[in-house]
Amino acid sequence: MLEKALKGGKLYWAWVAILLVFIGIGIAAYINQFNYGLGLTGMSRDVNWGLYISQFTFMVGIAASGVMVAIPLYLHNFRTYGKIVIFGEFMAVAAIVVALLFVLADLGYPTRVFNVILYPSPHAMLFWDMCVLSSYLLVNILIGWTVLGAERKGVKAPKWCRILAIISIPLAFSIHTVTAFLIAGLPGRYFWMTAIMAPRFLASAFAAGPAVLIVVCMIMRRFSTFKVTDKAIDALAKTVCYAMIANVFFFLLEIFTAFYSNVPSHKASLIYLFAGLDGENQLVPFMWTAVVLAFVGLFLLLVPKMRKNLKVLPVALICVFLACWIDKGLGLILAGYVPNSFEEVINYIPNPNEICVIIGIYAIGFFVLTILYKIAVAVNETGIAFDHSEEYERKLEEAGGEH
Amino acid sequence: MRKGGKIMFFTALFVVVLCAPFILNMGSAQAAPDPSLDTPEINALQEKECIADTEWMRENHMQLLDDWRWEVIRNGATEYVAPNGQVYDMSLDDTCLSCHSNREEFCETCHDYSNVELYCWDCHNPDYEE
Amino acid sequence: MQKDMKNQNSMERRTFLKAGAAVAAGAAVAGTLSGCHGGPITNKADGSEVVEPKAKTRQWGFVIDVPKLNELGIFEEIKEACHAYHNVPDTGNPKTAVKWIWEEEYHKTFPEIASEYLNEEIEELGFPVLCNHCADAPCVRGCPTEATFKREDGIVSMDYHRCIGCRFCMAACPFGARSLNFSDPREFLDEVNPEFPTRSKGVVEKCMMCSELIDKGETPICAAMSQGTIIFGDLNDPSSDVRKALNENFTIRRRVELGTGPSVYYIVDGGEA
Repeated sequence: MLEKALKGGKLYWAWVAILLVFIGIGIAAYINQFNYGLGLTGMSRDVNWGLYISQFTFMVGIAASGVMVAIPLYLHNFRTYGKIVIFGEFMAVAAIVVALLFVLADLGYPTRVFNVILYPSPHAMLFWDMCVLSSYLLVNILIGWTVLGAERKGVKAPKWCRILAIISIPLAFSIHTVTAFLIAGLPGRYFWMTAIMAPRFLASAFAAGPAVLIVVCMIMRRFSTFKVTDKAIDALAKTVCYAMIANVFFFLLEIFTAFYSNVPSHKASLIYLFAGLDGENQLVPFMWTAVVLAFVGLFLLLVPKMRKNLKVLPVALICVFLACWIDKGLGLILAGYVPNSFEEVINYIPNPNEICVIIGIYAIGFFVLTILYKIAVAVNETGIAFDHSEEYERKLEEAGGEH
Repeated sequence: MRKGGKIMFFTALFVVVLCAPFILNMGSAQAAPDPSLDTPEINALQEKECIADTEWMRENHMQLLDDWRWEVIRNGATEYVAPNGQVYDMSLDDTCLSCHSNREEFCETCHDYSNVELYCWDCHNPDYEE
Repeated sequence: MQKDMKNQNSMERRTFLKAGAAVAAGAAVAGTLSGCHGGPITNKADGSEVVEPKAKTRQWGFVIDVPKLNELGIFEEIKEACHAYHNVPDTGNPKTAVKWIWEEEYHKTFPEIASEYLNEEIEELGFPVLCNHCADAPCVRGCPTEATFKREDGIVSMDYHRCIGCRFCMAACPFGARSLNFSDPREFLDEVNPEFPTRSKGVVEKCMMCSELIDKGETPICAAMSQGTIIFGDLNDPSSDVRKALNENFTIRRRVELGTGPSVYYIVDGGEA
């Protein structure tokens, strides 16, 4: 099926070429880092995780959000998502690839990464994260590829595929729960040590993930033969809306607990994010931007007229996405280190080399996504959906005649 | 056959890439390594004897070092009783390299030959001068 | 057939090695600090068997008499000796600094219990901070490769060959006791102590309580140099020096509310003096 990714118009190849350039930049920057060490990042002994790990956290969320399409389809037989689900699964694949690459880029001694498997340590959350992430990646590749293959040949996907699809639902929840456990179980990091870290992660993921999916589907509707239905878009937009409400709600809960209790260690990180602490306030403008974006996005999604307006909807979705990214892909990890063990505020300013690596990794993600989506769209054009309704039965016969 | 040329080209390219290791290393065959025992420390020994016989050491030194590391770091052990009953300090620096002080002629001749990169000296420092 | 023989031979040697290690471990226990633990241990050189004192697990720890240490003014010397012996690089940049033992003010060492109005003398004291070798160390719990681990004698140690540099331990440590080698540490070392290995770039390092000296029956450098102001011993042994010091003085530990069980105690007020 891969050969389908080799046929495309000028626009397609230009896009691929741009991605390859960025990938090249990223690889060059990474080689730099590999040779010199993590000193080529903004991280320090006090802020020992930076943008790499926060991007990892964020992308695990995007990966998990595939279930927002899978649950209605597989558990509630919501046929509207029948065509879109493959794109949700492939988005999950690309997102996990990106997430894993960020972990790899973050390692000080990357050539030893397999020590995690060589010396399995069940007491370490990172070990479990590796287990669930790789299982989820495998399951999604298996389902996506098999379903697509079946569709191309015009046969029904094998039964185990459906079983796997159902298994993938709790797996999706588990990847983001375990990712939350990575940081929620660390003594002394009060900003992270909250029981609702996992729910917060899931809520923000289920807002940001489907938001990207809708935008990407709308772009594909414009530029490719895959035409997503308005009904599917609206249904997904509602998911984004509810998830974002939960996300904002959870965040407000954190603010209440910290400020009503007035416990300094619980307030410190929040003050640092929204007002600055000890004169360090580089995240403040970002956080307030996120607040505005979150409420604008929510307002646009909550009013049905706006949500159904296909010109307004992308704006709302981008607002929500950016708000989630600033909250989780920027503020969450960095603020967890403020203040440090000695009540000091140490700032973190990403190194240009680090930013190049990040761009490169995201470019790899887009590259994987592009290839997978290209194949899915191509199969969609010529193949027969696994949905064996009468219409598809007819299509199947037609296609059979053509071959 | 309008794609015949392309097919031929990429097949040829594939074969070249596949054979790259042979092509690149052509004519650079090395003689079998001959690790040298000629160090002042070894020459000063009355009985030239390692902690185990040469053949066993050749096959198992990496495993032995790994075991030593485990014992020293994790179990706090310091001494190794050799098969002949002699007791040695479990230390790469103090035991192995105190005799085999010629890292280039001893360790690296074989390791270069078998293309196994040694990074012991990233941390262990018998000759830091360089 | 011959191969089998070889394997067997190899196995035999492995067993030898394990036995040797056990003997050595026993010897190490025996040799440690005069009479902390009276265990009937026979010298292996005599050929007799080793009896290990398996009374209670050990937990090495420190009691630091901060006012006395400050009075002597020898901390800087101790720190330099520790860092020089262990080849701890001086990167010259606080963000990438590697520290095993260093000094902090009272309100930075004990922020949770620091009062607004504090005795001036205490405010001026320098508190040595280092790895607390916690009874239940969160860094050990978080390490995905067991590169950092708790030894039988309570020391939280590191296997620098195994560390992948994920820095989970640094995030998990509430004492800021861990440092990453952000680049090749040798570039920051003017002199290398050949007795102790350096580290490679990308691995995390910290105080290991001079475990290699303890295994030889010696005292950690800081305690040895402290003229009695850094007391070293087994916290689980009621007759040890540290327990005596704890009995005679009011002591505090850093961030006990987190339940990690730090093994470093601080005497803040030097008693009658």
